[in-house]
Amino acid sequence: MASLSSPLRACRGILKELRAIQGPSYKQSLAYNYVIDQFRKNKVTGERYCRAQQEAHHASLTYLCLLTSTRNHLALHNLYHGKGERSPEEVAGLVGLRLPTQPGGKGWEK
Amino acid sequence: MFKNVIRLQSRLGGVITFCKVCPRHEPFRNAMKYSTASAERKRFYQHVSISQSEGGLYEVNLDRRKLKTPSGKLFTVPNEALAIAVATEWDAQKDSIKFYTMHLTTLCNTALDNPTQRSKEQMISAALKFLETDTICYRVDEPPGLVELQRNEWDPVLHWIESRYKVTIGSSSSILGPQVPEGTRETFRQHLGSFSLWPLTGLEFVITQLKSLVLSLGMLDRHLSVERAVLLSRLEEEYQIRRWGNVEWAHDYDMYELQARTAAGALFVHLSSESSTVKHKLMQD
Repeated sequence: MASLSSPLRACRGILKELRAIQGPSYKQSLAYNYVIDQFRKNKVTGERYCRAQQEAHHASLTYLCLLTSTRNHLALHNLYHGKGERSPEEVAGLVGLRLPTQPGGKGWEK
Repeated sequence: MFKNVIRLQSRLGGVITFCKVCPRHEPFRNAMKYSTASAERKRFYQHVSISQSEGGLYEVNLDRRKLKTPSGKLFTVPNEALAIAVATEWDAQKDSIKFYTMHLTTLCNTALDNPTQRSKEQMISAALKFLETDTICYRVDEPPGLVELQRNEWDPVLHWIESRYKVTIGSSSSILGPQVPEGTRETFRQHLGSFSLWPLTGLEFVITQLKSLVLSLGMLDRHLSVERAVLLSRLEEEYQIRRWGNVEWAHDYDMYELQARTAAGALFVHLSSESSTVKHKLMQD
């Protein structure tokens, strides 16, 4: 896997993740505008070794890692994780029955 | 069991069935949203936005309602970036709300509520206790491949932290672990004492995830990236994976979950301990 160390790749990665989250209207989201602003602000610096720029770069890589990891984790969870027990209605439906309904509510319920 | 049927049927009005004691008005509806952990919460809002309140604190709004913590307090963060990230987390939920993917929200809630009433000193001593059983310092004697790997990967990080903080932490392969001198502990105690409560909450979270104080500090000082820190933390597992093969539903699942939590913790610490100002330099022509 190629390293993502350049800021441009980090920026593109974050925007791709945002598009995956939000759908087609991702350009109006808050995160999109904020990310673009931050990348523009930190692009220009006069010093050769600018600590703030490195910090911002590290923060952007961290955020990219967060977005990709949550997306992958959710995908794996949906793929492999157990779905839990069936509800009583589904269980009854398995054998072709339906649960009885009592219009006035059962005796002990209000 | 039939109570579940009633709950499922009246899911949308479920907030009302639980509110038997408290009156059915706006502030309490938000506090209830965390308590229905068993039934699935559907996404009940269309739009997520942030707003700035007095004192420079930022809040998150779901549709028209303000977000609240599980204990009912108003959800405020000191930082716009954090508020936007939390809003993105809430916006990323489709159909049903999955709280286990919303790590930043969970961290903010913990920092705001402090449910176990931990003080700063308790957190610092808990973090320092981790130093004795730090992952990096625990070495094995065999198999030799793993010993090599540990030496090559973990030693540079140890050297880095020893030179950065001017401390000595040894590594040992005995069951008792390394003997950490008192001076080292004091240095770290002072360093951790310079963080306020919010970053400390995040730091404690990261340390618990990575099982190592050294790796967490390395990541926070921007010496290691998140992926690298997670890799170093899971070094033995990676070795076994290379030897015996990868099991996607266990190894990958764990790795992504660990990466997500660690990244969330690191981002939380960075954002709650920084404030940025833009200084414009004049162009000289």
